[in-house]
Amino acid sequence: MESNLAGAAVESPGPVNPNQPSPSAARVLRKRSARPRLGDPLFKGATGLFAVMIAGLAAFIMVSMAIGSRLAFEKFGLSFLLKSIWDPVKGEFGALPFIYGTVASSLLALLIAVPLSLGVAIFLVEKAPRKLSEPILFVVQLLAAIPSVVYGLWGVFVLAPLLRESVYPKLQAILGFTPLFSGHQNGLGLLSAGLILSIMVLPIITAVTTDVLRAVPNTQREASLALGATKWEATVIVLQNAKSGISGAIILGLGRAIGETMAVTMIIGNRPQISASLFDPSYTIASSIANEFTEATSEIHLQSLVALGLILFIVTFIINMLARLLVWGVTRGEGRGAHV
Amino acid sequence: MVKNAKGVSRIIAQLLIPALMLVPLAGCGGGSGTDANAEVKLQGAGATFPNPLYQKWFSEYNKITPNAKFDYQSIGSGGGIKQITAKTVDFGGSDAPLKDEELKAAPAELLHIPTVLGAVVVTYNLPSVSAELKFTPEAIAGIYLGKITKWNDPAISGANPGVSLPDGQITVVHRSDGSGTSYVWTDFLSKVSPEWKDKVGTGVSLNWPVGVGAKGNEGVTGQVKQTPNSIGYVELIYADQNKLPYATVKNSAGEFVKPSLDSVTAAAAGAANNMPDDLRVSITNAPGKDAYPISSFTYFLVYKEQQDQAKGKALVNFLWWSIHSGEQMAKGLLYAPLPPEVVTKAEQKIKSITYQGKPLYTS
Amino acid sequence: MTVLTAACAAVAVLSLFLILGYILAGGLRSLSFGFLIHDPKPVDEPGGGIANGIVGSLIMIALGSMFGLPIGILAGVFLSEFGSNKFGQVLRFLIDTLTGTPSIVIGVVVWTVMVHPMGYFSALAGGVALGIMMMPIVARTTEEMIRLVPHSLREAGLALGAPRWRVTLGVVLRTAASGVATGAMLAIARIAGETAPLLFTALSLNYLSTNLLQPMASLTFQIYYYAGSPYEVWHDMAWAATLVLVAMILGLNIIVKILTRNRHQQG
Repeated sequence: MESNLAGAAVESPGPVNPNQPSPSAARVLRKRSARPRLGDPLFKGATGLFAVMIAGLAAFIMVSMAIGSRLAFEKFGLSFLLKSIWDPVKGEFGALPFIYGTVASSLLALLIAVPLSLGVAIFLVEKAPRKLSEPILFVVQLLAAIPSVVYGLWGVFVLAPLLRESVYPKLQAILGFTPLFSGHQNGLGLLSAGLILSIMVLPIITAVTTDVLRAVPNTQREASLALGATKWEATVIVLQNAKSGISGAIILGLGRAIGETMAVTMIIGNRPQISASLFDPSYTIASSIANEFTEATSEIHLQSLVALGLILFIVTFIINMLARLLVWGVTRGEGRGAHV
Repeated sequence: MVKNAKGVSRIIAQLLIPALMLVPLAGCGGGSGTDANAEVKLQGAGATFPNPLYQKWFSEYNKITPNAKFDYQSIGSGGGIKQITAKTVDFGGSDAPLKDEELKAAPAELLHIPTVLGAVVVTYNLPSVSAELKFTPEAIAGIYLGKITKWNDPAISGANPGVSLPDGQITVVHRSDGSGTSYVWTDFLSKVSPEWKDKVGTGVSLNWPVGVGAKGNEGVTGQVKQTPNSIGYVELIYADQNKLPYATVKNSAGEFVKPSLDSVTAAAAGAANNMPDDLRVSITNAPGKDAYPISSFTYFLVYKEQQDQAKGKALVNFLWWSIHSGEQMAKGLLYAPLPPEVVTKAEQKIKSITYQGKPLYTS
Repeated sequence: MTVLTAACAAVAVLSLFLILGYILAGGLRSLSFGFLIHDPKPVDEPGGGIANGIVGSLIMIALGSMFGLPIGILAGVFLSEFGSNKFGQVLRFLIDTLTGTPSIVIGVVVWTVMVHPMGYFSALAGGVALGIMMMPIVARTTEEMIRLVPHSLREAGLALGAPRWRVTLGVVLRTAASGVATGAMLAIARIAGETAPLLFTALSLNYLSTNLLQPMASLTFQIYYYAGSPYEVWHDMAWAATLVLVAMILGLNIIVKILTRNRHQQG
C-alpha cells in the first residue's frame, strides 16, 4: 500500500498498458464521453429551437405585413415613402411624416433618457450606499409598471400644462431664435412626446445598466485605482467594460420608445406633418396604427396602415444595426464582457 | 436544477395569487358572479358611445334571464363591424350604418337594429364669454376648414348679437382616432357645406385641414378644457358631465336648436317617414323645426339567419326587451330614446330574424 | 460628478413621485375593500369594482409568463453561449426588431392566427399575445446578463469535468440569476401595463371569470375604458385601478427579488 500526500492509504496504480486504459480510468472516460455526447447537442438544440422560435415570429410578422400591404405599395410605389399626405376618405396615403415623427420622438427620448439613466446607474452602483440604492432602484423599476394609458393621461393633465405654462416659455425665451424652438406652443407636440417617452424608457435602461455595471468585477475597479486612476477614470473603465450590456439596454429602451402608442398619441397632437419646430404637433407610426386600425374599413386604408407597420419594422432594424455598428466600432479590440 | 427551481417558484407564485384572490369573492353584488350556471352566453362588441347604457341594459336583463348571460365591450364601431363580419362575436354595435361594400363583405345578411340616439355637440372654451353661443352650419364648416380663424369673425358674431367675442385665434380640436362621432360630425358638415364635402368628405378617419387631433371623446374634452379659445366636437354626455358649454346650432328649418334628448328624438321622428327598409339612415340635418341637426342613431348588428337556436332565441328576446323596456332607462343616462315610429320598424326587423328559416321571436 | 449622478437619480425619483402622486390623488377616493371584490356595475349604481380585472390580469400575466419566460430565458442562453456567429447575429437582429413592434401589431397577429380561426375571443389568446411581447425582452436581458458572468467561473466548472450544459445552467445561469430576474420583471411590468394586445385577443368581460376559452377582463382594459368615459366616478375608479395594478407589480417584484437573492455578491 502506498500513501498519498495526505497520508491516506491508496492502491498503487500498477503497470500501465498503453492499449488498454486502467479500469478506473476507463470508467471515468466512459462516463465523461457518454454524457456530453447527448447532453450538449441536446442543450444546444433545445435552446436554439427557442431562439429560432422568437426570431421566426419576428420574421413571420414581417412577412405577413409585407403580404398585407402589397396593395399600398403597388398603388403608390416608392412615393409612399416620400409623400406627406394621409387622406382616408380620398384614399391617398404617404408615410413620410410618420417616419419623421417616429424617428424624431424616439431619438429625442433616447437623447434625454440615456444620459439620465447612465447617471442614475452610476450613482446607484458606484456612489450610493446599498441602503439607498436598493429603494431607489425599486422606485425606478416601479415606473416601468405604470400602464401607458396612465402615462398618457398624466401627460395631458399634468405634464402638458406644466410645460405650456412654465417650461416652454423659458425655453423659447432662450432658444426661440432657432427654428427648433420657434412658433406657437401649447404643451403638446413632438418635444412633449419625446419627454414622456424618455420617462417611460428610463426604468428599462437604468435597470439593465445597473445590473450590467454591478456585474463588472471589483477587480477592474481596484486594478484601475491601483494604477493611479481617479475615481472618475475608474468609473469610465467600468463603463467601457460594460459597453455591450449598456448598448443592449439602450436598444431595449429604443424598442419601447418606437413601439409606444397610448402615451404618445395623447400628447403628440396627431397631425401628420413635418415641421422644424419641436413645439409643433407630429404623428408616429405606432400612434396612427392604434388610432385608425380598428376603424379602417377600406382595403387601401387598412393596407396602408399595415405598410406603415412594415416600415416601422425596417426603421427599427436600421436603427438597431446602426447602434450595433457604433458599439462594435468603439469596442473593437476590447473583449466583450469581463475577462478575469 | 436551480434555473428550474427559480422559474417554477415564480410561476407557482403567480398562479397561487389568482387562486387566493378567488377566495373572498363570496360577497359579490348583483347577479354578476361566475357564469357557471348560464346556459347560453352571448358576446357583443362595438360602439363606445352607447356602452354605458348597454352595460345598464345587460346588467338588468341578466337579472331577469338566469339562463342567458350577455356581455358587451366597447372597442369602437369599426371594431364592432369587423368582429361581427368575422363572426367572433354574436352581435355588434355601430354608430354608423354599414356601407354597401361592408354589407357585401359579410358572410351572410346583417340586420341593423336601432337602439338609441345620440347628439354630437359643439363645445368651446371662452373664459370671457358666459352666454350660450349660436352657430350656423356655415360658420362651423368655415372654422373646421380653416377659413374662419378668429373668434370675432362676422360669421360667428353675426349669429350672436350682443355677445362680446374675443379677438383671438381659434384652436380647432378634432379626433385623431377613427370614430363614429367624427363620422356623424363630418356627415353633417358634408351636407351643409359643398366645399367640405369636396375637400374633406365624410368618414371615421379624415384628412383634417386644420387643428390638433385628440384621442377619444375624452381627449377632445380634455383638450378643449385645457386650451383657451378652443373649439371641439364631442358626444353630448361628455360636455354635460365635464360641465363644458355647448352651442345651439341652426337646423335645416332655420331654427337654432339646443342639443337635448327631446331635440334629438325629434330629429329621428322627422326622418322616420323616409327611412329605407334596412333602417340604414343618416339623420343629420333632419327636417323638423325642433330637430337638432347633428344627431345619429346607433345600431346593433345581428345576422338575419342565426346559427344556434338557443343563442338566437335569447338574442331576439333581448332585442325586443331593449327597444321596449330598455328604452325606459335611456333618458336616465342621458340617451335619447327611439321615437315610436322607429320602434315599430325595429320590431319588424326583430321579427324577421330566423333560425333555419323560421322566425325566432314569438311574443 | 457624484453630485451630477445624484441629480439624475433625483430626477428619476421625482418623476415617479409626480406620477404616483397624481394617481394617488385620484385613486384613493375610490379605493375600498368592496372595490377589490366586486364586479363593475352600471354607472348609475354605486358599489362597482374591478374584481374581474384583478383576477383577469393576474391570470393573463401568469399565462404570458408561462409562455414568455422559459422561451425567452432559454433563447437568451442560446444567444450568449452559441450565438457569436453569423447565425446568432441574424437571430439577434430579428429578436431586437420584435422588441420594437407596437403591441397593437402583436394583438392583430394573434387575432389572425388564434381568435379568427377559433371564432371567439379568449384569455388564452390574450396570454399568448402577452407572452410574445415578453419573449424578446427576456431573451436579450438574459443574454446580456449571462455574458457578464466571468469566464473563470465557466472554466472552473468545465475543468471539474462537468459538461457544458451543466456548467451553463447550474453555474452561469445561477450566477446571473438576479440579472435574469430583472429582465423578467421588466418584461412582466411591461405586459402588465398593456391594453392594445388584449383588445384583439382577450377582449374583456364585465363579470369575473376564470374560463380561459372565453373573453376575460383585465385591469388595463378597464383603466383604458373608464379613463376614456365621461363620468367623474369612473375616472376615479380608473386611478384606483391603476394603484391596484402598480401595487400588484410591486408585490411580484418583491417576491421575485426574494426568490433570486444573489448570495454571491459581486459588488
